[in-house]
Amino acid sequence: MARAITTKQKVSWTILAWAFGLLMFFPIMWTFLTSFKTEGAAIADPPVWFFFDWTLENYTAVQERSNYPKALMNSIIIAVGSTILGIIIAVPAAWAMAFVPGKRTKDVLMWMLSTKMLPAVGVLYPLVLLAKWLGVIDSRILLIVVLMLINLPIIVWMLYTYFKEIPGEILEAARMDGASLKSEIIHVLTPMAIPGIASTILLNIILAWNEAFWTILLTTVNAAPLTAFIASFSAPEGLFYAKLSAASMMAVAPILIMGWFSQKQLVRGLTFGAVK
Amino acid sequence: MATAHSKSAARIMIAPAVFLLLVWMLVPLCMTLYFSFSDYRPLRGIFEPWVGFENYVRFFSSSSFLKSVFTTLWMVGGVLSITIIGGVLMALLLDRPIFGQGVVRMLVIAPFFIMPTVSALVWKNMFFNVDNGLFSYLYKWLGMQPYDFLSQAPIFSIVIIVAWQWLPFATLILLTAVQSLDSEQLEAAEMDGAPALSRFRFIILPHLSRAITVVILIQTIFLLSIFAEIFVTTNGAFGTRTLTYLVYQRVLESQNVGLGSAGGIIAVILANIVAIFLMRIVGKNLDT
Amino acid sequence: MGNITLNQVTKSFGDVQVIPPLDLEINEGEFVVFVGPSGCGKSTLLRLIAGLEDVTSGNITIDGREATEVPPAKRGLAMVFQSYALYPHMSVRKNIAFPLKMAGMPQDQIDAKVNNAASVLNLADYIDRRPGQLSGGQRQRVAIGRAIVREPAAFLFDEPLSNLDASLRVNMRLEISELHNTLKTTMIYVTHDQVEAMTMADKIVVLQAGNIEQVGSPLDLYHSPQNTFVAGFIGSPNMNLFTGSEAQKHGAKTIGIRPEHVQVSKTEGMWKGRVGVAEHLGSDTFIHVHDTGLAEMVTVRISGDMQVKHNDTIYLSPDMEKMHKFDDNDQRI
Repeated sequence: MARAITTKQKVSWTILAWAFGLLMFFPIMWTFLTSFKTEGAAIADPPVWFFFDWTLENYTAVQERSNYPKALMNSIIIAVGSTILGIIIAVPAAWAMAFVPGKRTKDVLMWMLSTKMLPAVGVLYPLVLLAKWLGVIDSRILLIVVLMLINLPIIVWMLYTYFKEIPGEILEAARMDGASLKSEIIHVLTPMAIPGIASTILLNIILAWNEAFWTILLTTVNAAPLTAFIASFSAPEGLFYAKLSAASMMAVAPILIMGWFSQKQLVRGLTFGAVK
Repeated sequence: MATAHSKSAARIMIAPAVFLLLVWMLVPLCMTLYFSFSDYRPLRGIFEPWVGFENYVRFFSSSSFLKSVFTTLWMVGGVLSITIIGGVLMALLLDRPIFGQGVVRMLVIAPFFIMPTVSALVWKNMFFNVDNGLFSYLYKWLGMQPYDFLSQAPIFSIVIIVAWQWLPFATLILLTAVQSLDSEQLEAAEMDGAPALSRFRFIILPHLSRAITVVILIQTIFLLSIFAEIFVTTNGAFGTRTLTYLVYQRVLESQNVGLGSAGGIIAVILANIVAIFLMRIVGKNLDT
Repeated sequence: MGNITLNQVTKSFGDVQVIPPLDLEINEGEFVVFVGPSGCGKSTLLRLIAGLEDVTSGNITIDGREATEVPPAKRGLAMVFQSYALYPHMSVRKNIAFPLKMAGMPQDQIDAKVNNAASVLNLADYIDRRPGQLSGGQRQRVAIGRAIVREPAAFLFDEPLSNLDASLRVNMRLEISELHNTLKTTMIYVTHDQVEAMTMADKIVVLQAGNIEQVGSPLDLYHSPQNTFVAGFIGSPNMNLFTGSEAQKHGAKTIGIRPEHVQVSKTEGMWKGRVGVAEHLGSDTFIHVHDTGLAEMVTVRISGDMQVKHNDTIYLSPDMEKMHKFDDNDQRI
């Protein structure tokens, strides 16, 4: 039972919490504001806050840059593609681990998790070499596969924890009712696990979208997603604050919104169930 | 709870995931291990398949190795202290009954979803820049000389950027843990005459200890391989070369694959030490 | 249809044998109840018959057909689970239709069967609701409906009433008994509640630690329990079991007397004792009698009209005809 507190206390806590919240959010807010300024207003001294001539010219300018739409396309294809591929591989594995647990199930899960902890630099050069050798360097398919493999342990783990909440008796009932393994998974398990599968997809799209090691180092031109595109703003274009802000906002906005929807799953997915 | 039939089905279902991860882990790692014992510099066309531990000796004895280890420790340690202390305070704050709690939560969590390259660029240019950055205006407004963060205090600057990105993660996880604390425990302690600070020290903090450990371990694993933030801001200059970055430079920039691979193997071993602790905690949780 | 035979069936999980070699014959149309304390292996036995677990050795035949290796779906059995195991994302109609759909039955036949089952079970008004919108008793009926439409050789019930509240449990008990009278299909019913076993069964199988302690009709078990375990397990309240000198007087290691087979008097009797707790049920009163000189406390049933108070002195006389005697191996003499 929460006890009643005075309005005065609540107001002071509210002010404090909002102050911290706004402080954390400020860089994003500032980027958002700057993206609507002219380049001059963006570096005005003293800085202008809300009262400037709002313009969309930065957004049009960034979109007209030949490689922005391509980078956006690449980001979407790579993030969505790797997530869907991961789900397809992970659903059967998670089914097996959740409903037919054996002596080694726990070990397999832990081992999968351990691959996630392998530092990327440890396998950097072989991967570059293999990619060149297979002729897939700087291709979307390479990044789809690599990001799928990086996130596969998280996908399996999240699905596993969601599946474990589904009572095994229901799947046994389906088996008694004459369902084959395929119909058991497609007609019974998947529909029941839709919320869990959806949040797994959401979180993994976010992780894949923001991945900034392999996406930068394995691409040059053709497959470069937004992470690499933004990194290329470093200098000298980075000094055009308004355009940098517009490009940044376009790169983060969809993910920020998805992220707000999936904050609960984040705890579950990234701590592997160790915090409840 | 299964029959031989479902067990064999399970094995088939799990096989693709296991096989893919096995290949993904073993093939490149074995190649790295192989290269780490060779003198391999593709740009100069040098390939000597076996030089023993020479690369390891060179990597260990070079001054940049020790420096990079210290840089890594500084960065990881700095980010961890800020995010843990800040995260506990934020979690306790957000657990209070406040108006618009949901919105504040959204504001606080937002930085975690920002692409690392974007946050690095925004901080570098719009905040840290000595000519036009917001901090410079702030310094001037306070009547002080503008400060060039990225060249004067490069590690600190990167720690700020990374801590800003990870503070939401720590807050969210610690908030989840705080909310799972049985409020009757706190009320019992209050009845027992424990003042607020003691309640925090003897009840809240022990309750959070597990979550804090998890945050530390998970962040450490991610922070050990920070890349984009350094790549975008200083490109490894001004003493911001971490172990990860050093290996990247050896392998891809100077194309000394043998030396870099030795460094890579060392990074793998160091990360494994952290990972073992994390796996223990997660593994315990699996039993329940 | 509906003969099930278990021949030397065993089940081990790893090194632990939960079912030692076991033979059991279930005849067509019988209502058989497996009863025993939790962990006695009764659910495992049911799951072996269902095919949800493999037998470690031995074989199972259903209607004379070897079924040991047959997957659950092909055994022609239907099961009602403890949690009902309804598909939460499907309406009642789709839940009941699911096994028929899996069997590839044409849609018009499915509809007819589902409607029929729904009217038999009074589910017609809820047919388009989801399980989450139903009460416990309604869910139970949907689970039964899903089993009925398959026209199975036998129904398997795994503690189906344990999630219902007490009054509903009594109603559902009746409904299932009536269903058995109508369908005349073999039913195997697992419960830990001996009252359910006694009230519903044609044949009770009492299990302990995977062993069959006794098989028989409810009254067989009540009147002539084969060993002390069955004697103590069947009947409510439990039979009084005495060991020691009192038992030796009757040439047994253990003697047992049911609470309803003890005469109570305020003036004279074989054992003199002091009243402890008295549980008044209205029609009957159960009293716990202490200090009788026996090692164990004695529970007796008296008429609800008789007035007794805590610490009253009371005299007990067991009905010698109804006394049960057990030897050193706890077997009936």
